[in-house]
Amino acid sequence: MRTWFNTLTPRTIFGLTLITVALLALPFVAALGGQAWVRIVNFAILYVFLALGLNIVVGFAGLLDLGYIAFYAVGAYLWALLASPHFGLHLPFWVILPLGAIVACFFGILLGAPTLKLRGDYLAIVTLGFGEIVRIFMNNLNAPINITNGPQGITLIDPVAIGNFKFSTGSTVFGIDISGPQKYYYLLLVLVLAVIAINVRLQHSRIGRAWQAIREDEIAAKAIGINTRNMKLLAFAMGASFGGVAGGIFAAMQGFVSPESFSLIESVMILAMVVLGGMGHIPGVILGAILLTVLPEALRYAVVPVQKALFGAVLADPESLRMLIFGLALVLVMRFKPAGLWPSPDRRRELAEKAR
Amino acid sequence: MDIFLQQVINGLVQGAIYAMVALGYTMVYGIMGLINFAHGEVVMIGTLVTITVVTFLLKAGFPVWLAGGMGIVAAASVCMVLGWSLERVAYRPLRGAPRLTPLITAIGMSIVLQNLAMMIWGRNYMTFPSLIEKTQFEIGGAAFTNVQVLIVLVAGLSMGGLLLLVYRTKLGMAMRATAQNPGVAGLMGVNANRVISSAFVIGSVLGALAGVMVGVYYEIAHYQMGFMLGLKAFTAAVLGGIGNLAGAMAGGILLGLIEALGAGYIGDLTGGFLGSHYQDIFAFVVLIFVLMFRPSGLFGEKTGDRA
Repeated sequence: MRTWFNTLTPRTIFGLTLITVALLALPFVAALGGQAWVRIVNFAILYVFLALGLNIVVGFAGLLDLGYIAFYAVGAYLWALLASPHFGLHLPFWVILPLGAIVACFFGILLGAPTLKLRGDYLAIVTLGFGEIVRIFMNNLNAPINITNGPQGITLIDPVAIGNFKFSTGSTVFGIDISGPQKYYYLLLVLVLAVIAINVRLQHSRIGRAWQAIREDEIAAKAIGINTRNMKLLAFAMGASFGGVAGGIFAAMQGFVSPESFSLIESVMILAMVVLGGMGHIPGVILGAILLTVLPEALRYAVVPVQKALFGAVLADPESLRMLIFGLALVLVMRFKPAGLWPSPDRRRELAEKAR
Repeated sequence: MDIFLQQVINGLVQGAIYAMVALGYTMVYGIMGLINFAHGEVVMIGTLVTITVVTFLLKAGFPVWLAGGMGIVAAASVCMVLGWSLERVAYRPLRGAPRLTPLITAIGMSIVLQNLAMMIWGRNYMTFPSLIEKTQFEIGGAAFTNVQVLIVLVAGLSMGGLLLLVYRTKLGMAMRATAQNPGVAGLMGVNANRVISSAFVIGSVLGALAGVMVGVYYEIAHYQMGFMLGLKAFTAAVLGGIGNLAGAMAGGILLGLIEALGAGYIGDLTGGFLGSHYQDIFAFVVLIFVLMFRPSGLFGEKTGDRA
């Protein structure tokens, strides 16, 4: 097997440099269209994070999980409870983030353990139910003891901060004005690169191969001595802990969490990112996540002017029209690319071109 | 005791509605092994079409029974067309594709239908025109209305009709054959495409009827109502063992009963800690427990190990 360092030809070094420069410059380019676009880019990265986490469960281990958002919710609420005026706690992020990963991991095992025997659609519906249970609890745990503040959610959540350097407000670093969302961009970038690295290493590790074996044929995997129980639990736990970390960042970035952000449709969207991009293929999943985050936002800006240009008036409600187009896009992509947009690694150049 | 009886009655009615919707899921799943995620939206559109048609006809001065009948016919026809085209557009081109692919198109279609409904009917709640004068009866301290009786009756009749169709007609035989083994069924001269299309159409008609029931029962409808209803119905189908007709019926009724009884008693059971707004949790908790001990549902056969 090739390892990463002996593929470092001058050409790939050039490409990598280009990607690095593009990634570093991206928040400033996006800021030209307003800070809203920086936020959209941030969300795209956050969803890449989530999609890669789900990819471990669905793509690598082949366990169809429709309740993935529950772990995201757990991470988000953990941050919200431990770093907001709600309980008067203000723990620093380097305590909460690992804690979020651990708690979400625990929830992952909690979900994984009773569902070990289930397969395919039965597993899908149980995970879906689990996600709903978590959401309903968050919606209702405001009485008799107020834990989650119910449907109103928790506000005034602390941002990520290192000492006095807060990620929520703008400041000047080395003479460059940098806004809050732009700071989060770099934080998210570092985190997501770490997740990508973990994913790549996992995929080709003994564990990754064990997952693949389980995905292809669970009985055969068991027969060759893979501990399928532990491996499945590990997949759930790892996926969940990524979700937990992403949730924590989400809470800090938004400053606000409510159960509404964690409905089933979110789980479904993340699954759609994984499948649409190319299940089990890391670059494909990244592409899927970026596309499905940016497309609805781009449509938000496009539907009104396009309607005006075509018909001279806004005929259809822009909000539902953009979701309608989004739904159609899902159908069409799957119709013509049933294995996802980028299922195999043979078109590596595409990402470099996209990032440029 | 009267609370118990009351909740059993409410649960039966709700369960009958779940069962009707669950049948749509289970028929399609039994034949194609596919979760038709957009089925809940078909039900929703059934309700909204009925509202529009009935309101219009009542305003035009038609008698109530005719307006109601026309409403049901309109809903059924719209849903039939919808179910049929859903299969043609979103599922048929994807036969033989990776298994999660049709799931995503189903989700896409569900988003499309929901937003289409919102564009047509708006975001607001719509009231269902009253078709039937409500009369209340009482048995042993528990009250029920003629509407509830009618819902259970119609549900029972349609399910009986469905069973007759599946077990006594040639089309039903073709359906069962395709469900068992599409390839061999094809060799025996079964037109798989026709069978699949008819499964979608029949499921959609049942869904339309369920939609009318929901409208008559709750007297309110909304473009997002299909989602939760579909989810619960799908849960019911899985509870009974997906792909199994009797299982879907039993699962639906069971789910309705569990929810109603759970909502009625959870306050007492937990000493007032959890209230009836945890109703939705019961469906899922029971589902998880049942599947822990019977991984293929209550009446399901062992599934293949596709993931």
